[in-house]
Amino acid sequence: MEMVTLTIDGQKVEVPKGSTVLEAAHKANIKIPTLCFLKGINEIGACRMCVVEVKGARALQASCVLPVSEGMEVITNSPAVRESRKVTLELLLSDHNLECPTCVRNLNCELQKLSEELGIKSIRYPGEKHAPKYDDFSPSIVRDASKCILCRRCVSTCHKVQGVGVISPNHRGFNTVIAPAFDMSLAEVACVNCGQCILACPVGALKEKDDTDKVWQALADPDKHVIVQTAPAIRVSLGEEFGEGVGTIVTKKLPAALRRLGFDKVFDTNFAADLTIMEEGNEFLKRLKHGGKLPLITSCSPGWIKFCEHYYPELLDNLSTCKSPQQMFGAVAKTYYAEKMGIDPSKIFVVSIMPCTAKKFEAQRPEMNSSGYQDVDVALTTRELSRMLKEAGIDLSKLPDEEFDDPLGISTGAGAIFGATGGVMEAALRTVYEVVTGKELQNIEFTEVRGVEGIKEATIDIDGTRVNVAVAHGLSNARKVLDRVKSGEANYHFIEIMCCPGGCVGGGGQPILSAEERWDMDYREERGKAIYEVDRSMKLRKSHENPAVQTLYKEFLGKPLSEKSHQLLHTHYTKRPLYPEV
Amino acid sequence: MAAIKSIEELEKIREQAKDLINLRKDNETKTRVVVGMGTCGIAAGARQTMLAILDELKKRNLDNVIVTETGCIGLCKFEPLVDVIKPNQPKVTYVNVNEDKARQIVVKHIINNQIIDDWVIPNI
Amino acid sequence: MEIYRAHVLVCKGTGCTASGSENVMDAFQKEIDKRGLSKEVRVVQTGCLGLCELGPNVLIYPEGSYYCRVKPEDVPEIVEEHLIKGRIVERLLYKEHLTEERLRALTDIDFYKKQKRIVLRNCGLINPELIEEYIANDGYKALAKVLTQMTPQQVIDEVKKSGLRGRGGGGFPTGVKWQFAADAKGDIKYVVCNADEGDPGAFMDRSVLEGDPHSVLEAMEIAGYAIGASEGYIYVRAEYPIAVKRLEIAINQAREHGLLGKNILGTGFNFDIFLRLGSGAFVCGEETALLASIEGRRGEPRPRPPFPANQGLWGKPTIINNVETYANIPMIILKGADWFASIGTEKSKGTKVFAVGGKINNTGLVEIPMGTTLREVIYEIGGGIPNGKKFKAVQTGGPSGGCIPASLLDMPIEYDTLVQAGSMMGSGGMIVMDEDNCMVDIAKFFLTFTQDESCGKCPPCRIGTKRMLEILERITNGEGREGDIELLENLAKSIKASALCGLGQTAPNPVLSTIRYFRDEYEAHIKEKRCPAGACKALIHYEVVADKCRGCSLCVKVCPTGAISGERKQPHVIDQEKCIKCNSCYDRCPFGAITKV
Repeated sequence: MEMVTLTIDGQKVEVPKGSTVLEAAHKANIKIPTLCFLKGINEIGACRMCVVEVKGARALQASCVLPVSEGMEVITNSPAVRESRKVTLELLLSDHNLECPTCVRNLNCELQKLSEELGIKSIRYPGEKHAPKYDDFSPSIVRDASKCILCRRCVSTCHKVQGVGVISPNHRGFNTVIAPAFDMSLAEVACVNCGQCILACPVGALKEKDDTDKVWQALADPDKHVIVQTAPAIRVSLGEEFGEGVGTIVTKKLPAALRRLGFDKVFDTNFAADLTIMEEGNEFLKRLKHGGKLPLITSCSPGWIKFCEHYYPELLDNLSTCKSPQQMFGAVAKTYYAEKMGIDPSKIFVVSIMPCTAKKFEAQRPEMNSSGYQDVDVALTTRELSRMLKEAGIDLSKLPDEEFDDPLGISTGAGAIFGATGGVMEAALRTVYEVVTGKELQNIEFTEVRGVEGIKEATIDIDGTRVNVAVAHGLSNARKVLDRVKSGEANYHFIEIMCCPGGCVGGGGQPILSAEERWDMDYREERGKAIYEVDRSMKLRKSHENPAVQTLYKEFLGKPLSEKSHQLLHTHYTKRPLYPEV
Repeated sequence: MAAIKSIEELEKIREQAKDLINLRKDNETKTRVVVGMGTCGIAAGARQTMLAILDELKKRNLDNVIVTETGCIGLCKFEPLVDVIKPNQPKVTYVNVNEDKARQIVVKHIINNQIIDDWVIPNI
Repeated sequence: MEIYRAHVLVCKGTGCTASGSENVMDAFQKEIDKRGLSKEVRVVQTGCLGLCELGPNVLIYPEGSYYCRVKPEDVPEIVEEHLIKGRIVERLLYKEHLTEERLRALTDIDFYKKQKRIVLRNCGLINPELIEEYIANDGYKALAKVLTQMTPQQVIDEVKKSGLRGRGGGGFPTGVKWQFAADAKGDIKYVVCNADEGDPGAFMDRSVLEGDPHSVLEAMEIAGYAIGASEGYIYVRAEYPIAVKRLEIAINQAREHGLLGKNILGTGFNFDIFLRLGSGAFVCGEETALLASIEGRRGEPRPRPPFPANQGLWGKPTIINNVETYANIPMIILKGADWFASIGTEKSKGTKVFAVGGKINNTGLVEIPMGTTLREVIYEIGGGIPNGKKFKAVQTGGPSGGCIPASLLDMPIEYDTLVQAGSMMGSGGMIVMDEDNCMVDIAKFFLTFTQDESCGKCPPCRIGTKRMLEILERITNGEGREGDIELLENLAKSIKASALCGLGQTAPNPVLSTIRYFRDEYEAHIKEKRCPAGACKALIHYEVVADKCRGCSLCVKVCPTGAISGERKQPHVIDQEKCIKCNSCYDRCPFGAITKV
């Protein structure tokens, strides 16, 4: 690799040709403040925080986009540079809704942190501010333009990572705002509710729709039987909200925390994930044997489902008709569990803790009521749960280890790996292989579908039948796979698509890391590793071995794809427009 | 219009097109022919005279001559009057110019530089 | 057979079209048909003659008579008198045109005497909608020359040697730019013409496109040959419908004539040109924003490097020059770099077209050799300031430029002198201000424009110019504070250093240059709450001077709010509560009895 040597603050730094000055400084442990910079996603030199002096250049240069050149001399903290950054930051603050203590991002705000680091003591240039303007019509995401600093990290994420692109700058000058076209609401446009924009936002301009009040109310209602399910990915991320390292496993703290919040029963979505494998695995076999529509595409990820409905409606028949584990859990809770416990299902209030903002939308889909009741009453994100725990004074790290309740708290490692990209595929293969062959699978770890590679492909030999599978996460990767399917270029039998990069561990409802933290570490990879560690620690690692699932079939559903299964555990999809119909 | 396929064709079109704008360029270096077009001139047939001059110029593809009109200069009995003004030469005024005379003025004076003394305005 | 003895040229540029030249042209054609002259008099539409304020303008050849403000009802007279009887219609003739003996040649009148029309060589001479007329005046000769007699490098060297610098703003050497693009590696390259002229009051590029579209096409082809491109894009404002139409006609005619397309003139050179219409964002004149807009994205600048010469349109090496720059190219090729370099000054070669407006008599378009002084442009060509008012300043360079005071009137116009004076060449807007213009108000005007037109991408421009504007607003409202000038200066300095693109980096210039030359006006506003020019409404009120008032009550009649009262033949009074400071009474009073205090 061709190397370039430059001088930064008098220090010689050697970096590969094509690196930016910011990267070179990073390598030399020289910190240059950034705000709009999001490694690999948003490198546009917009916010002007990372300006540096370059010998020979007339104006200050944005280091995040400035390529290094041989012999370049850079100064990162001259008086001119510091003053310029301060003025720019003061200007940003002068048009920022400074309600920090009541902001959802208080103490986790890059703007706040930068103000502290740059020693901003006053705003020399006050003036007109954008008044608070909420877009809270979406069931998942709330935008507030008065906090937006127009860094465009959300815009780039939506366009580049997710290939959705429903938000962009509107208007000009001081009136510029980030919004869907024509200032429409996110609820009106083809937003998939994935919440990746929230993870990208350095401030509190984007947040999830807060549903904690509904849960507090239900918990306080003595007539309600309030039960909770926690998604696979929560147990490897919630710890971060309580000061644990990224990827810390808190599986056994979860039941303890949730019980202390007052939930009547603490169950596990992993149980429903096992159930999903039973249905979806059999659905796949049925389609494979009886010439059904292939490739079969997984349907666990509600952001992906809405994406498919908007952008690839011609592939809706390829989607598995299985509800997602969240919804299967709700449907089972309000029928089988209600019956078994002798509780009036109308009194059962199902809360789910999800790494996901799209789950809020999914829970509200009108068709998700085949039991006669809405399957799930409230879907909370990891972040909302953390806020509830903090409000209740529950410190996760100080809790004892506890277990999930029976019967809907019993799960296998196959259910656990739903939380990482490739996990649903791997869990399905473990079951499908054994159902088809009747033999025990020797090596249950399908490592070829694991990991953070955007698109993974494998061919699995199941007793002489070669099954081509593909795994994609992040919707721009999904697009590539789907386009190949549509063009006939690829011949897959089974595809797993997860809306968010990394799968659910990288979900839009998960704890938010700063751009700086994200630069040095792939948090999704770390959480993913933890997911597989959870799997390895389980005694049972195949869904069809889950005893509670077996009992459920024996006592209630009959067998996979039975009529009752179809009624309760399967769903249908609707073509949605790309643009609002006028 | 067919496509121009070579430099030569382009030059040919340029030559043909020169007429289109010739009248608007470098007029100070051209010979000026001025035809008296007062009521008296017109009555005496100045329009025919002028058209004859134009026709003769066109036939010979002369592009360094401009033809303009002027009003009555008080010598009505000599109409149609025609002035020929060559660059850097004194004005020559012809009297009672009919179509035939006009054509000869073009040939003899304008092209061959021979002033036709007999038709020049007498000293009065 | 048609033997045309006279041509009636009617200006069909935007200015004259707006004042009704379409109807004038129709009237000429009708009258000429009616009088049986259609085979000897030709009516031709043409491009801008420069004196837009006097439009509709009509030029009759071979005499070269220049008629101004021609109305359709004047046409029968012109035909009868001029075209039939040979008598000039004096009342409509341009005022300086007539001397005692005969018509003065156009080139001798003051407005044109000091001009040198290279860029505008065909404007007002040819019919822009007839490719033959362009060809007749040596059109496409330069293209033929480069394709057959020059290597691409020779073309670039010639342009370099000519010293031509970009006419769109920054003044970067054109030949050097071409060299970068020629040297850049890439199988596909593009030639782009920036016709997104956006400075308030500037219309040079529009006039070239309207009056001589083929010169731009020819130059782009030459550029394409020089850098190895086979496609060009013209990014032109949709608000220039006439220019767009003429370009479309020109492109189609060039294609039909084989002067665009495959195997041009049988040389094997392929080049085609496409139009892209801009929707009016000022920032799209910035090259990277322009490229983004062509690509179908929001028109926003991006940081450079990479420069378009290396990564331009769709990531391919691209040269972007503006209309005026291109319009110089064919002449440089035909007459040679030495000829071009002999015009102008050492560091600024050739001519520059300016759109002169504001408080000046000859509002319009002028093309002058570089090095001409501001005084020559304003007083000799422009005819000075109307109504005997005093010159105060001239603003050049549009919203990115600055205001130049009277003390610098003898400064030669060059790229570098203008920058030293705190302004810039810009694209060629020149707005003249007189004693009635308040310089704080002028700064506010330009900043309002840049703030409106900021793309919103970087905080210094998006918020910084807003804050500067707010400070200017409070100063002009009489709410200025001690320290506001320093606040403006600090903010301006920071914005200049840190904004992302040229628009932001130059946005503070109008403020800085007015502070530099007219600081006393700022101070009068802030400290004395007084607007010396009497322009800032909040700082003035109107009073009747009792001594001068004759009680004629004309002011009472024009006052829209009934604020003036008084007995006839007695001094009147103005009710300050009701007065909205519309200035009507001031304008109307025949005795100068109304004053602004």
